[in-house]
Amino acid sequence: MRRRVVITGIGTIAPGGLGTKAFWELLTSGRTATRRISFFDPSPFRSQVAAECDFDPDREGLTPQEIRRMDRAAQFAVVCAREALSDAGLGPHELRPPRTSVVIGSAVGATTSLEREYVVVSDGGRLERVSHEYAVPHLYGYLVPSSFATEVAWAVGAEGPTTVVSTGCTSGLDAIGYATDLIREGSADTAVAGATDAPISPITVACFDAIRATTPRNDDPEHASRPFDRSRNGFALGEGAAVLVLEEAERARRRGAHAYAEIAGFASRCNAFHMTGLKPDGREMAEAIRAALDEARLDGTDIDYINAHGSGTKQNDRHETAAFKRSLGPHAYRTPVSSIKSMIGHSLGAIGSIEVAACALAIEHRVLPPTANLHNPDPECDLDYVPLVAREQRTSAVLCVGSGFGGFQSAMVLARPDRRAA
Amino acid sequence: MNRAVITGLGVAAPNGLGVDAYWSATLAGVSGIGRITRFDPSGYPAVLAGEVPGFDPAAHLGPRLLPQTDHMTRLALVASDAALADAAVVPQRLHEYAMGVVTASSSGGFEFGQRELEKLWSGGPQQVSAYQSYAWFYAVNTGQISIRHGMRGPSGVVVADQAGGLEAVAHARRRIRRNTRLVLTGGVDGSICPWGWVAQLAGGRLSGRDDPGTAYLPFDARACGHVPGEGGAILVAEDLDCARERGARQVYAEIAGYASTFDPAPATGRGPALRRAVQLALADAGLRPADIDVVFADAAGVPALDRSEADAISAVFGPGAVPVTAPKTMTGRLYSGGAPLCP
Repeated sequence: MRRRVVITGIGTIAPGGLGTKAFWELLTSGRTATRRISFFDPSPFRSQVAAECDFDPDREGLTPQEIRRMDRAAQFAVVCAREALSDAGLGPHELRPPRTSVVIGSAVGATTSLEREYVVVSDGGRLERVSHEYAVPHLYGYLVPSSFATEVAWAVGAEGPTTVVSTGCTSGLDAIGYATDLIREGSADTAVAGATDAPISPITVACFDAIRATTPRNDDPEHASRPFDRSRNGFALGEGAAVLVLEEAERARRRGAHAYAEIAGFASRCNAFHMTGLKPDGREMAEAIRAALDEARLDGTDIDYINAHGSGTKQNDRHETAAFKRSLGPHAYRTPVSSIKSMIGHSLGAIGSIEVAACALAIEHRVLPPTANLHNPDPECDLDYVPLVAREQRTSAVLCVGSGFGGFQSAMVLARPDRRAA
Repeated sequence: MNRAVITGLGVAAPNGLGVDAYWSATLAGVSGIGRITRFDPSGYPAVLAGEVPGFDPAAHLGPRLLPQTDHMTRLALVASDAALADAAVVPQRLHEYAMGVVTASSSGGFEFGQRELEKLWSGGPQQVSAYQSYAWFYAVNTGQISIRHGMRGPSGVVVADQAGGLEAVAHARRRIRRNTRLVLTGGVDGSICPWGWVAQLAGGRLSGRDDPGTAYLPFDARACGHVPGEGGAILVAEDLDCARERGARQVYAEIAGYASTFDPAPATGRGPALRRAVQLALADAGLRPADIDVVFADAAGVPALDRSEADAISAVFGPGAVPVTAPKTMTGRLYSGGAPLCP
């Protein structure tokens, strides 16, 4: 019989409030957490808006050495992993280390620490032959971000397969998909899996400026992320993390664990078209959705909520609207779709795992988070995007999709855990 | 279950660009390690690296790709072309969703990234290239390879330092078992630029010797760290039945067994996990230790790590019972590019 995988613990750090409880409160309130960038002076940049986390690693229980050693994104991941374990009711000695896996997604790794250290060793960009004498000893851990998985594995005591998945903005979905594979194939019974990114630094803001991907709505930062709205003009950069405890369903049932949702299906495809561009037809994302539904042994008409990529760029929102229609047919018009990026911005690789957390919570609490700032839908975006206000609705099967630079298109189907065993 | 086999090899190694050059150099014991030429290393506490010789990107890649790619991505693209040619696969003849790309990366396009950081901090945000948004990140090789060959199937990118290349190949096998017909996989890495060099030096494991013959001596009493390199390999992994059906000209090997484990934190007092990984991989392959004819070692070149690896190998196979080799002594350690090079 096929091994099934369920989510039994959730840890979240998102803009607008730390911890899963605060995260869900923000999402269901429809408030937004985008603001003028405060981490550095954004005035030389085209886009000056971001969704920042008010995160104090000291208050979150990290030791001074951990804080020095870890990039901010690694700090997020470790704090989330601890929350997820605690939420799953797993104490530090209840995991069997050899059977516990860690898979952490990240699009840009320790880019913030790398830039900070670059500025020092290059003396503010003056030296091409940068100085090794001013380098911190943790620089190697920033260079190769598998250090993120190392930190989480140490924090939870895992000794099973441990890796970082880095497929750009689909990293979060892909990391959870990867961990699901590990449990299904029998390489692990439990996985601590999710994704983290802390990209709000000058180089990241500058590179998205250069391709005009981020929003220049600088005079109204609270309403800058506007997925599916006619006035949308780019995504709002964000940061954050979500880490889940995934368990083999039978094992979770035996120990009496609460299951939020089953990871019923996952698939990814590439558009093999352009590193940043999307064709408007949504063809490859539709294919990923169909493959994920096949794996879940569900029909398109079984889907009763879609958590969209919904980045708020002109091309993305049309692309995925087309993908939903192509994959679900007329059922797409009957299915509520929303983008939580309207509230917490786009935290690159992390957002996929944050969105999976939101889907699990939506199933659990029977509430769909809304799409904030959606007042005048783009005529080409003609689905039900749950504008402005959260909606009470019971869901049995939800779809979560992501789209990323490199052409990656990923789709995951989550199901209410008590659905009939396939 | 579908069986995953390797039917094509593409190599960009410091001791040879191309499979034939690499393999004949390796058999002859010819090393590609030398003083760094990609920048002036004088004044740094390590000056040796393995650089891929005779690489002319413009001879292989069009003018559109050159400005948007880091050196290591160019090497990866050339290796992917070579792997497909070696396997005699014409991607246009296969279904687009039946082909995927799974690569490993350690540091992305770091040299490209240094240039853009320098422009930003010395000139301002308007100087930063539009290509920075993807030329440096870890997913770049998978994305560029999939575009080049029209491969739209399941793909992936893993980051696991020197183990990444093996993780990628294992993930390719996973995809093939789930009915993806062909996966281009492996890893090509390299960050031989001043900024990458300083970051690698911070790891504390680079050899400070300046004699290429004695700088990287794993398992030797004089071991004092390693020499890093650039390059790696891209492999064509295929479902065995599909390979036979299209009349593949060769099957180099089957990806028969795999496992990965993670060393616990030093403070826990629990021992290293390599031995368990070896045992699990053997069990996965359905083989006994006596069936193994050679071990390609990690060969850290750090005495304590070398001893730990030797202990794990001895514990599984018996002392001195299996030949152990490390051809990476002739290329330097290539991060995620190292493991796919082991033929």
